[in-house]
Amino acid sequence: MKTFVGIDLGSTTTKAVLMDEDENILGRGITNSRSNYDTACRVAQQEAAVDARFTLFRREFGAEDGSAKEVQEFLAGLERAFRLEQFLEQLDDLEETCIRQVRGERFEKNADGVKAALGEVFSRLRTEAPAMFAPGASRKSDFFRDIAGSRYLNLAEDVAREAGLPYDLLLNVYDKSIIAVENRPPKGELSDKFHRALERVTEQGIGLDGEMEKPVKRALGIELEETYLVGTGYGRVTLPFSKEHIRSEILCHGLGAHMMYPETRTVLDIGGQDTKGIQVDAQGIVENFQMNDRCAAGCGRYLGYIADEMNMGLHELGPMAMKSEKPARINSTCTVFAGAELRDRLALGEKREDILAGLHRAIILRAISIISRSGGVSDQFTFTGGVAKNEAAVRELKKLVLENYGEVTINIDPDSIYTGALGGAEFARRAAFGRMEGVDA
Amino acid sequence: MRPSIVKAQPADVLKDASMIKQKEMMANHYNRLTSAHETGAKVASTFVPGNLNELIMCFDLVNNLPEVNAIQSGLRKQSGAYIMEAERAGHSEDVCTYVKSDIGMMMKGNIGPNGKKLPDPDVLLLSYTGCFTFLKWFELLREQYKCPTIFLQTPYMADGKVTPNMIQYMVKQLKEDVIPTLEKVSGVKFDIDRLREYLAKSAKAEDDLVYILQSGKNKPSPIDAYFGGIYYIGPIFGAFRGTDDAIDYYRFLREEVDQRIAAGLGPVTPDGPMGEEKYRLVVEGPPNYTHFRQFWKMFYDEGAIVVASSYTKVGGTYDYGFRHDPDRPLETLAEYCLGVYTNRSLPMRIDMLCDYINEYEADGLLINSIKSCNSFSAGQLLIMREVEKRTGKPAAFIETDLVDPRYFSAANVKNRLESYFQMIEQKRSSAGAAA
Repeated sequence: MKTFVGIDLGSTTTKAVLMDEDENILGRGITNSRSNYDTACRVAQQEAAVDARFTLFRREFGAEDGSAKEVQEFLAGLERAFRLEQFLEQLDDLEETCIRQVRGERFEKNADGVKAALGEVFSRLRTEAPAMFAPGASRKSDFFRDIAGSRYLNLAEDVAREAGLPYDLLLNVYDKSIIAVENRPPKGELSDKFHRALERVTEQGIGLDGEMEKPVKRALGIELEETYLVGTGYGRVTLPFSKEHIRSEILCHGLGAHMMYPETRTVLDIGGQDTKGIQVDAQGIVENFQMNDRCAAGCGRYLGYIADEMNMGLHELGPMAMKSEKPARINSTCTVFAGAELRDRLALGEKREDILAGLHRAIILRAISIISRSGGVSDQFTFTGGVAKNEAAVRELKKLVLENYGEVTINIDPDSIYTGALGGAEFARRAAFGRMEGVDA
Repeated sequence: MRPSIVKAQPADVLKDASMIKQKEMMANHYNRLTSAHETGAKVASTFVPGNLNELIMCFDLVNNLPEVNAIQSGLRKQSGAYIMEAERAGHSEDVCTYVKSDIGMMMKGNIGPNGKKLPDPDVLLLSYTGCFTFLKWFELLREQYKCPTIFLQTPYMADGKVTPNMIQYMVKQLKEDVIPTLEKVSGVKFDIDRLREYLAKSAKAEDDLVYILQSGKNKPSPIDAYFGGIYYIGPIFGAFRGTDDAIDYYRFLREEVDQRIAAGLGPVTPDGPMGEEKYRLVVEGPPNYTHFRQFWKMFYDEGAIVVASSYTKVGGTYDYGFRHDPDRPLETLAEYCLGVYTNRSLPMRIDMLCDYINEYEADGLLINSIKSCNSFSAGQLLIMREVEKRTGKPAAFIETDLVDPRYFSAANVKNRLESYFQMIEQKRSSAGAAA
């Protein structure tokens, strides 16, 4: 089967979208960009391929509309089992890597002890792993580093104590290994993992009649051929893509937003370090754009910094700001000043939610200024990027759009973080059909 | 069919005749300047827009252009340190960076591009007032040098035309203030026939300059009218207008351009002859000088060529027909000052950019907005919208600075430029598909 890949290499996350010949999205994948775009690109692409398999399974079951409950349960079980297999595979890699780090003067006295302790830690990790991927189990992140990291540290502390080893030795090997493991995509074949996952699910008795297996195997037999790939986003130039395989993120976001909402005329994208205001025509072709330059004040990273300052998770900021009844008036979008202003206001006794609401408003004010420079807001208006998931930012945006431009349809897709990658995939699809510049003939 | 691009041979010496000539001219000029006190020559500092070089030469004064010095400092990567020096002395971050580079250079010993100290000016001649910062700049220099300062007021072309009143007003100032002061400073009596002689020479070089700038109408264009254009305007905007040197330079240059047209060649870039011409642009606004080559490379690597620019008109809008006229020596100086690009109203600038897009068959307009130059930047977004509306061609906006390296963010500029080029491409194929 021919597939077309769009990869958006953002400063914070890397996204991939896999599309089929008929412009249907087969799969989406996301990973943190790390400092290694090459890996991020491969991981995101692999994640999209995994997601695509599930689309193919659903197609085989004829359950794309989500009607068959049994099938849904079976596929959910399969996905959990697959994630578990993936996790176990990465654990193996992490263990091997950790053991290789046990060398040199530092470990001279108790290398064997440390190795044995590592064996114990990883054995316990493997034992508890299935529970982490059980139905209803919640994981605080989907990234291996986050899931494995916190459990390793806990277990290593216990094991070190029991073995009478200094904890910092176990910490040391982990610190040296995790980055290496994270910076290489899981090496095993995807289909092997799917087959193992299928066995696991069958053993557990999900999909009882065994009939479920056949369509899955059929879908696994479909080869996903990478027909054309287009890269976009901040990191695109660092990749070994040739020029024909690179599109600017402005064009990709414009086209991606057009595909999600064909009536889109104005797009606002707030990403990690860019805020873009884009005007598109009825075909999704970019008419005009403006973006922040010289300074990334008021972009997504600003919120990340504020979350760190407040010792909160990024996703907790929006809900807290929503509680505000009296937003503080904050004008500076300079990230460094915002930190100072935040501490100042907290010291003066202002409420956290009011300060946060003020900070959200400051971001959106800056975004509105960028949009107005690009030509204002026309109906329909599509908001994309990581910040579009933040309800407080959305609330401020709606308010300011109404004040400045009147009633306008505002579109926010739950998958809006994939907008650039989606545009990229469509450019890839069109390019493969000889329309190099991605315009419908 | 477009002729294929042939790589220039190293033996192609003629190709560089104009550049070698210009280099010699500049070196001689700076040597004249830095040895002024030994030779007893007197120095006049003045600006590029409204530069009255012919008049200055009538008094045997050597022309010193602080703007050009700042550009030289930018190109030589010295302006950053000069600007910091000026800021330490109390000049705000938002002030024109030409000014700060100049003042910083002064504070650090006023060493010119030839490594020798530039002389203190004997007179400051402010002959263009369209840029308010110029006034303040010379106010600062007057404080420093305690020398006579001449202030020739040039009315702004707010209504889009030069009226007889404006010319009379300026000629009166020339007669009653500018010329008498220059006579006093220099000790040389004004000779109007000498002025006429220089003006005639100016006109001759101006004819060739216009020919060269308008060669951008060819496909492919044999010149880059922005990055290459900076070199082409050097002599005529600087201290050489009215000299035989300028006549020779532009003749050489014209011959080179003609050869490239005949061979179907594009411009020569710092990395050699330009490849295929993919995008033809009109550019508004000054360039960035601290990353000049890197900036230019972002264009030629993508096959983008600037066929016309407004910046190459800041020292005169010769392509609109103006020539220095020896028969009306003082009036022509007034008209010259009035006509420079930055003295033109916003509607005039819009007309000009639209004309360029149409006449040079450009793909669109690119505005390089300068952070520290309000005089240029005010109204640029409105200009952009209007030009887009009238020509139907896409426009884009980037932001850099003249000589402050802190305001050149290469990754962002490149990102925007690439987006813009792809946008042009997309629009083109969309138009092709619709046709």
